Amino acid sequence: MAPAAPRTGEAIFASVERVNAELFTLTYGAIVRQLLTDLEEVEEVNKQLDQMGYNIGIRLIDEFLAKSNVSRCVDFKETAEVIAKVGFKMFLGVTASVTNWDAEGTCCSIVLEDNPLVDFVELPDTCQGLYYCNILSGVVRGALEMVSMKTEVTWIRDMLRGDDAYELQVKLLKQVPEEYPYKDDE
Amino acid sequence: MGREVSESCIDSLLTEMVSTYCNRFYANKPELAARRIEAIGYQVGHQLSERYTMERPRFSDHLEAIKFICKDFWSELFKKQIDNLKTNHRGTFVLQDNRFRWLTRMSIDQSPENGASEEPSIMADNKAVQSMHLYFPCGIIRGALSNLGIPCAVSADISNLPACSFVVRIKA
Repeated sequence: MAPAAPRTGEAIFASVERVNAELFTLTYGAIVRQLLTDLEEVEEVNKQLDQMGYNIGIRLIDEFLAKSNVSRCVDFKETAEVIAKVGFKMFLGVTASVTNWDAEGTCCSIVLEDNPLVDFVELPDTCQGLYYCNILSGVVRGALEMVSMKTEVTWIRDMLRGDDAYELQVKLLKQVPEEYPYKDDE
Repeated sequence: MGREVSESCIDSLLTEMVSTYCNRFYANKPELAARRIEAIGYQVGHQLSERYTMERPRFSDHLEAIKFICKDFWSELFKKQIDNLKTNHRGTFVLQDNRFRWLTRMSIDQSPENGASEEPSIMADNKAVQSMHLYFPCGIIRGALSNLGIPCAVSADISNLPACSFVVRIKA
């Protein structure tokens, strides 16, 4: 049987069950707020949000692969494009663009102009240093790790900190060759 | 229709929030984890009910407010209304959702490999996980009503899965 054709982010988003984004946005906000109360240190909150994202990413990748029918990406460039165009779209309903490639093709930026996580959010002065959307960087890192790519994901621009967009830098640290428990001809 | 996100986003976030508080922060203190999860729900319910009632006249009595939760509020969150409302007319209301979305989705998500297991220990685990998840919607209802000026206590009853009943006791 021929493999199913890859689907666009728009097509998948249109076909999945969707919910009111307000509920999602306010829930995320309430979690960040509760973490700030419980952990006190902003740095620790950044770390926990990243960890939560990582845990989500390592599970979400299955749904991503199952619904998108994407075939193996030839290189990291294609991987980044797929995350931006299909991944962000099918879950959050927003598209992202990929820019700022380095010469080796192992480091780039994913830029989000629209970000449902931050609707209605304003950070008080006491939250300087908080990476409010840190859950997203964790999701990307976790999902990529499940397809054998060790990455470092950091925020370069953050609108809540006065920048003009959300920019996530994704740096490929190591590509672990996939080892199959079986031989091809078996 | 306003902005939407995939349902997996909210499901993943709730599952991870519960697991963070139950397994990482308060692994041996479920009652503390429960209180935090309920507090997060309270905050969400309070803000949502503020937004959804902005252009409405005030509710004339408790029953009107509860009906708003059962109909408009529930529809915004779950795209369906509460299926059954009962009251003893002395401040206790039972709101039953015959197929509570977060439970049906989450019990599947929690244990894909042993979803239909009959083993008592696994079933007990599932129950514990499910009841942890329910502190969040209980908090949402309490937060929403509190924003409408109705202080109350909310608990959940899942003896009739996949139906879920939320018991609202209004404080005199």
